[in-house]
Formats: sequence, C-alpha cells, structure tokens
Amino acid sequence: MESKGRKFLKNPFVLTVIAIILGFLVAMVVLAAAGFPPLKSVGILIKSMVGKPKDIAAVVVKSTPIIFTGLGVAFAIKTGLFNIGAEGQYMMGCVAAVAAGAVLDLPAPLEILAVILAAVLASALYGGIVGVLKAKIGIHEVITSIMLNWIALYFNNWFTNTRLYHKPATIGTYPIHESAYTMVLYHWKKSEAGRAVLKSNDFLKQVLGRNDINMGFAVAVIAAIFVTWLLTRTKKGFELRSVGSNIDAARYTGINVSKNIIDSMMISGALCGLGAAFYITGQSPHLLNTLSATENVGFNGLSVAFIAQSSPIGCIFAGLLFGGLLYGGASLQSQVGAPTEIINIVIGVIVFLVALSVIIPQFLDKHVRKAAPKTETVGTDKKKGAGDAK
Amino acid sequence: MAAEVSSGYAVQMHGITKSFGSFYALTDVDLDVKKGTIHSILGENGAGKSTLMNVLYGLYQADSGRIYINGQEVNIKNPTAAIEHGIGMVHQHFMLVDTFTVTQNIVLGSESTKGGITLDMKKARQAVVDLVEKYGLEVDPDALIRDITVSMQQRVEILKALYRGAETLILDEPTAVLTEQEIDELIQIMKNLVKDGKTIIIITHKLKEIQASSDVCTIIRRGHRIDTVPVRGVSEDELAEKMVGHAVKLVVDKTEAKPGDVVLDIKGLYAKNDQKLDAVKDFNLQVRAGEIVGIAGIDGNGQKELMQAVNNLIPASAGTISISGVEIQNKTPRFGIDQGMSIIPEDRQKEGLVLNFSVYENAILEKYRDPNFNPGFTIDRKKMMDFTEGLILQYDIRPDDCGPKRAGGLSGGNQQKVIIGREIANDPKLLIAIQPTRGLDVGAIETVHKTLIRERDKGVAVLLISYELDEVMNVSDRIAVMYDGHIQQIFKQGTVDNRTLGLLMAGGSYDGE
Repeated sequence: MESKGRKFLKNPFVLTVIAIILGFLVAMVVLAAAGFPPLKSVGILIKSMVGKPKDIAAVVVKSTPIIFTGLGVAFAIKTGLFNIGAEGQYMMGCVAAVAAGAVLDLPAPLEILAVILAAVLASALYGGIVGVLKAKIGIHEVITSIMLNWIALYFNNWFTNTRLYHKPATIGTYPIHESAYTMVLYHWKKSEAGRAVLKSNDFLKQVLGRNDINMGFAVAVIAAIFVTWLLTRTKKGFELRSVGSNIDAARYTGINVSKNIIDSMMISGALCGLGAAFYITGQSPHLLNTLSATENVGFNGLSVAFIAQSSPIGCIFAGLLFGGLLYGGASLQSQVGAPTEIINIVIGVIVFLVALSVIIPQFLDKHVRKAAPKTETVGTDKKKGAGDAK
Repeated sequence: MAAEVSSGYAVQMHGITKSFGSFYALTDVDLDVKKGTIHSILGENGAGKSTLMNVLYGLYQADSGRIYINGQEVNIKNPTAAIEHGIGMVHQHFMLVDTFTVTQNIVLGSESTKGGITLDMKKARQAVVDLVEKYGLEVDPDALIRDITVSMQQRVEILKALYRGAETLILDEPTAVLTEQEIDELIQIMKNLVKDGKTIIIITHKLKEIQASSDVCTIIRRGHRIDTVPVRGVSEDELAEKMVGHAVKLVVDKTEAKPGDVVLDIKGLYAKNDQKLDAVKDFNLQVRAGEIVGIAGIDGNGQKELMQAVNNLIPASAGTISISGVEIQNKTPRFGIDQGMSIIPEDRQKEGLVLNFSVYENAILEKYRDPNFNPGFTIDRKKMMDFTEGLILQYDIRPDDCGPKRAGGLSGGNQQKVIIGREIANDPKLLIAIQPTRGLDVGAIETVHKTLIRERDKGVAVLLISYELDEVMNVSDRIAVMYDGHIQQIFKQGTVDNRTLGLLMAGGSYDGE
C-alpha cells in the first residue's frame, strides 16, 4: 500500500507546483548572485503580476495568445505529434487576419467572424501541410515545421510590404477595420457615458480603460473545455488518440492513420489560428509589422504545453503563469534594475524541472522498496501502541 | 529440499526471495545444479524462471537468499561479477551487432589488445577458431552477423559466453526460434559442452525438449519451487501437471470439420518485403467456412508479408485476395474488416493493443465506429463499459475489475484475451490468428485453441499462422506448409508427421501421400 504522502507527491499537479516553486527559488539564487535583493525582487515580481486589477487584466490579455498556442501544442502531443510549428501557424493566422480585416468592411459581427475564420483556416492549412508531409511521405513533423516557421516569418515580411497592405512611412500594414475589434465594450468605452463611468469607477478604469481586455480569454477557456471533450468523449478524439498512442494497432484495427495525422495537425494549427485572430482583433496595434525575428508566441506555447503536461485545462493556468512572468519581468527591470533575462531563467528552470519531475515517482519507488521493511516495523509498532492504549 | 552446500554443485541458490513492490516473483526458491549436468527450469509464463536466472546472472538483486558457486558463497552484484564467477547467459533476444563479424561480436567488450591500445584481432580469431573446434559449434568466424541464420547467431552467443570463460551456461528459451532440425543440433551441442565438463541451465516450457536434453528438471509455479525431478522416468503429462497445478490435456479436443463455401481465396499473390524483394511468390490458398487451415513454416518465409498484404498494410504486386468473392487487395485495412475479416495480430503489444489505453478503450478499438454501437458523434461510455464487462466475463479476463485500468498492466495471456474477445465480437466470416499463443502459458494456450475451434464450429473460416509446429498440427483441419513465399504442400490433419513437415518447412521435398 502506498502512503498518503507518497501518493500526494506522485500527483502530477503537485509535482508541477513544486517545480514552479523551485523555479522561483533558483531565480532568487540567481538574483542574489547578480547582486539584487532576492526576496524583495521576487516580491516586486509577484506584486506586479497580481497587485492591482490593472495588472491582472494585463496578464490575462498578454496570456491569451500563449494559451491558444499552448492548447494547440498540447493537442498535438495528446495525439502523438510534436508541433514545433505552432510559431509559423500562429504567424500565418496573424497574416490572414490582417489580410481579411484590413480589406473587408462588414458590420461588426460578420466582420469579426470573417477575420477569425480567415485566421483559423490559414493556420489549420499551414499545420495541415506538416500533416500531409508526415502522413503521405513520412517526413518528421519537427523538420518540416521548423522550415515552415521560417517561411512564415518571411511571408509575413513580404506581405507587410505589399502595395495593398503596407502603410506608407511605417514598417507595418494598415490596421484592420474597427468593426473587427473584439475588445470588451470597445465602443462604449469611447463614448461620453462610458468615459464618465470609467472616470468615477477606479476598478473599471483599470480593467477596461487601461487594457485591451478582449473576448479571447473567454474563448480560450471554452476551447480548452472543447478540446478536452473532443479528446476524451468523441469518436474522432478516440481515433486521434489511438493513432497517437500506437500507430500500428490503430492501422490494424482499420483506423485511417494518414487522415488522422493530417486532422490532428490541422486542429492543432486551428487552435494557434484562434490565438492569432484574437491577438489581431483584440490587442493594439491590430496590424502586422516587419519582423527581424519570430515573436515566439508559438514557441512559448510549447513551454506552456510542457508546464501543463499537455492538459488542455492546465494550459489556461500555465499560460497565465507564463504571461504573468513576461509582464512582471518588465517591472522587475524598471523597479529593481534586474535584467529581464532573470525571468527567462525562471521560465527555463520551471520547464526543466517539470520535465524532470517525471523522475520523482520513480525515485520514490526506488526509495520505497529500500525502506519497505523499516516502514513495516514502524507500522506494527504503532498498531501495538494503539492496542495497548485501548 | 535444498541440498548440502558442496563443491560438487556448479550453482546452488538457497532461499531466494525476490519481490517487485508488493508482488513476490520468487518465494524461498532453492535450486541445486550438479556440475556437468543439463538442468532445465520449467514453468508457466510469469512463474519466475527468468527472474531466478536474472538473479543468478546479477541483473536483479534478491531480497534474501544465498548463492553458492562450486560450494563457495558469492555475492553477484551485476553481470560482470557473474561472468567473473564463470556464469554466462544467452538471452532470448540476441545481443549482437548486425554489421560486425562473428569474431568481432564474440570479443566485443573483452577484446585482446596489443600493449593495451590496438586490437589484436588475429589472436582473437584464433581463440574463436579453437572454441569452435573444441565444441563442434560450426560457425564461420569471418561471416557478418546479418548474413547468418538465427541458429548460427545463437551459436555466436554461446561462443561469446564460452570466450569469457563461462563454466555454467544459462540458456533462456533457446529453441523458440529454431526449426526441428536445428533444435536437434542445439541439443547435441549442449551434450558436447556437458561432456567437456560444462554445466547448462536451460529455461523452457517445451516438455519435449526437456525429455530430449536434460538430466534434471526443476519446476517453478507462481514463484515457488514445486519439485526437482530426474527427467528419466517422468512422463510429459506429469511434468505438465506439476507446472500448471492441474491436469492439462495436451491434445486438442475437436470433431471432424464440416467445410462449407470458400471464404478466403488467395490466387497467385505476390508481395514485396522491406528490401523490395518478392517475399510472397505465387501464393495460392483457400480457406472454407467451418474449417481451420494452419500455415506451418519457419519465421521469415513470407508469413509476415502475406499477412500484411491480406490486411492491406502493403500492396499486393500481383494476384488477388478475395473474401466471399469480393476482392480486397490493394484497398485499406478497413475495407477488409468491413468484408468480415478479423485479425488476431502477431504482436499483441505493438499491433493489437494501445497499451496506454484502458481495457475499455481497447475493447472498442473497432466497435467504436459501428453506428449501431455509437450512433452519434460521441462515444457512449455506458455501452462501452457494458460491452467490455461482457467480454471480461465471457473470456475470463483477469483481474475482473481491469476495465478502467491500463491494458499495458495486464499479463500477456489476459492481453491476448482482450484482443480475441474484441475480434470475435465483430462476428467475423474469416478469423485470422497469427502466433496467437506466443509466450502464453499452457492454461491460456488451451483457452485460445478452444476459442478457435468454437468459432470454426460456428461456421467461421479460420486461418492460423504459427511458427510452433505442434500448434499447427494439433489445431488445424488442414495443414499448409509455407516455404520461401509459397505453399509447398497441403495435408489433411493426421496424414503427416512432424518430421515430414519439418523437412518441407526447411525446403526439402516429400513425395509420399
């Protein structure tokens, strides 16, 4: 029988929390070594993440695209694929969102729908390319998606400089039409009445007035629930998981393996595309810029999926943590003068420790076996004691 | 009872107990192996025989118990220590480097060197040649491993152990991969080694080989030593009973087949292997409803490619495969299944089950898409559980509360029962079983064979492919011998003996009726 304590330590959620705490401890060591006050710095970091309603709102906004890419990566892992191409898929989604939103001028709900659809389709197809290459020709998804990430970056830069979209005297495109914006109460905020309310209510001013709080986070939560349901309850999810867990058995039992690999990559891409759609429609500047390097929203999604141990619901929390650290890291720099690299170290350590935490149950097992006779005698002694007391 | 510790014994293991968590693989087991004898260890799968030998070879550490070599107590911490004490082990799966020569493989890890730096292959080769001559283990020291047969590779493994100075050799199920003739040769080699003073411990569950090879047999059941008996004067039935704990019928009970219409019809089939060579060549076979046709043959004569072609995993380069008149070749696996074909695959863990899935999910791996089973977009979990519980009851899958547990946690026999239950639940017209009893114990083998015969009696056409000649001979109504990609000859059950079949399987010819 396993003791309660041991079971508790084997719980993946508990292990992840331990990994996060250890991550912060390592960060403190690094901070101290670099000559910054460790406790005070971490205090500032946490305070700047959750100290004020404004900060919490900002963290939610910052996290939303990462939660989506995290979901996409987690979905792929659950179905046996390593989607390192989330970055490229996300970028193609952004391009498609701007391509649709800057040209189309429809009434708000239709415009929003059109932009989201464009982004999701583009990302799904971009992921689908990886799926087709793997399913039909057998090229590993990691190789193709890394190549496609670069192609997406240069495609973004080419697109930004096309005559139709490039806004003269800037390095970016025209923004999308306002009718496509997905910020909560965007028009009300700018109206006379809205401004009056925001002036008098500090909480609303912080949350709505100072931030691009948008519908993306709510959709991300719904998407996480949907993905969980799709994977665990539906026939499609069953097929996808079968192919991901044992491709030979799936093939033998008549499941169409190629189709499921392609579907999996397309769904993974589509989730990244949703992130792109809500980034473009929900956050300033609502446009594309020429980029010298990738913005890492997709790569951060990989870290989020790892911290969440590919649990879709876990991606929401891991994404918030990640977004929070990115946001709080900026204050750390301004207030303590510590470089933001410290934040990258924290994130790196957490991801590393989460990956490492799978060893802990094995370590415990080994330890348990050696300690087994000891615990047994302790147990009987206790029983004896209890009996005597009676 | 354990014998006195004495130098007349090559190996003595006294009171060996070994547990894995709360599971006791070995409980207070004694083993006394006299010098210069062949000692077999008999037991069902999971009885603990391999665990016992792994303790002796230093791969596991016993929780308690003592090991004596030549009357001296020893502490075997790892295989290196075992080798130092003169113990060698030939594992079931060979550990050879395919692209190295025989000599290179033999010396690998204990190379002789010139001045501790450069390899002295000349000396090594001479040592190998000496060993080959001494024990009659004919192998070409310069051949590459990938070019020689499985039985030759086994000899290389034995030579490897001898080269390291093994006095006691442990052979783990050495005959599993050999033909009848090769088994005879191996037994001869074992006898030569013993004549020269070596001691051999052989793990097996083949009763016949114990009779042919061994002096003494120790029977292990569920981690306990049941008995140690001299082999002369003990019948196969007695050994089998000691092994499983109750009387087992070695002969399969069945009535005369009543063949009906042709269900599976394969005509002039050709299929290629991974190396793009024809592995199946002009293959012709019919299986009728209500009969079991067994394909006997040595592994590697195109059975694998035949099954892959029938299951549409590889293309048929020529010929046709039809089920009740519908051609299924070069379509999808799903198409064959939809025509009424069910397959019990060869590798249950790789091709049969998703080990990470629960038993529930594995049970519906095909049924899930049946619109009668799951009409909508979602999976009806209640139905899934009821269906699986039905299979667990019907096929006696143990433990009986395994439904929500990982299929990977079941024993081999119970994993196989899940697959068989699932496949038969499809009500197939054609049931194909490939090595359905591989690695199973006697009790589970009996269940599998009975199930195949029951399906036959229900009018299902059954095709059995097995590398175990006894299995094919006992279960099949007709026996087809496959050699080099085609059918050599077909016999009715009972009209041919295993020597003749063995000869045909090895490519010989047979003119009699």
